[in-house]
Amino acid sequence: MKGIIGKKIGMTSIFAADGKQTPCTIIEAGPCVVTQVKEAGKDGYSALQLAFGDKKDKHANKAEANHFAKAQTAPKKFVKEFRDYSLTKNLGETITVDIFAEGETVDVVGTTKGKGFQGVVKRHGFSGVGQQSHGQHDRQRAPGSIGNSSDASRVFKGMRMAGRMGGDRVKMKGLKVVKIFAEKNYILISGSIPGHNGSIVYIQK
Amino acid sequence: MNAAVQFVHEQLTAKRNHPKFKAGDNVTVNYKIIEGGKERIQGFRGDVIKIQGVGATMSFTVRKISDGVGVERLFPINSPNIESIILNKVGKVRRAKLFYLRERSGKSARIKEKRM
Repeated sequence: MKGIIGKKIGMTSIFAADGKQTPCTIIEAGPCVVTQVKEAGKDGYSALQLAFGDKKDKHANKAEANHFAKAQTAPKKFVKEFRDYSLTKNLGETITVDIFAEGETVDVVGTTKGKGFQGVVKRHGFSGVGQQSHGQHDRQRAPGSIGNSSDASRVFKGMRMAGRMGGDRVKMKGLKVVKIFAEKNYILISGSIPGHNGSIVYIQK
Repeated sequence: MNAAVQFVHEQLTAKRNHPKFKAGDNVTVNYKIIEGGKERIQGFRGDVIKIQGVGATMSFTVRKISDGVGVERLFPINSPNIESIILNKVGKVRRAKLFYLRERSGKSARIKEKRM
């Protein structure tokens, strides 16, 4: 596995020479600093801990400040561990978008936009009642029956109902890397990715 | 528009020198069409009723009356298939989206020309 931490910037689209339009998302990815190297012999598993986004010294507590000092870097906002990293990197080395190539397929992990408390039509794709008349006074978007009668006498676990929607961790698989601007740390990935602009995403393969 | 999006747009979109136009103008869009492996250019002349979006995703809609039937066509302004855009007439209109033309026909569907 290889991966990098990034920030979603926004969306645009690219035209190919034949006129085909590709919508894509711009992500500002890295540079990330390796802040810890975990080894199977010592830690039980192999992983790289990467850190992204500077923060002020006064916002780092002593434990954090010393942890980042070991890698000889300023305190960072976001830290993420990537298991079984395929590239060998040492403590304090930086990882940039160069680890990916144009045309490669990657997975992007992000947190979806929070939608608040939503009904079953929006949250689970129920079709609603579908009738305006025949006694449907004000229940066009109601869920309908949630179970049986005396046999069962309870509502089964996992029954899809209204509730909080969004804000979930989602992995988008098999997205294509369209373009890389190494000097600006931008990576363009085809299609949309979860989350709002400015949210943190993990690009991995 | 976000500075980063602007940067990417400038890097990836070839600069085209289309004339400036707005809703209400009469334009001819010369559009490349590939049919059976052959490429030819087809003109689409009509009134611009909408300009939508910014940067790379900007597009516009052209409406014309063809054999008494209203036809609308949407073009991405940065599409490489647009060979050229010709500005025929500058219209005098009071809004940016001219969807009211869809309900009109004949004389009332005309747009006043702005004389320069």
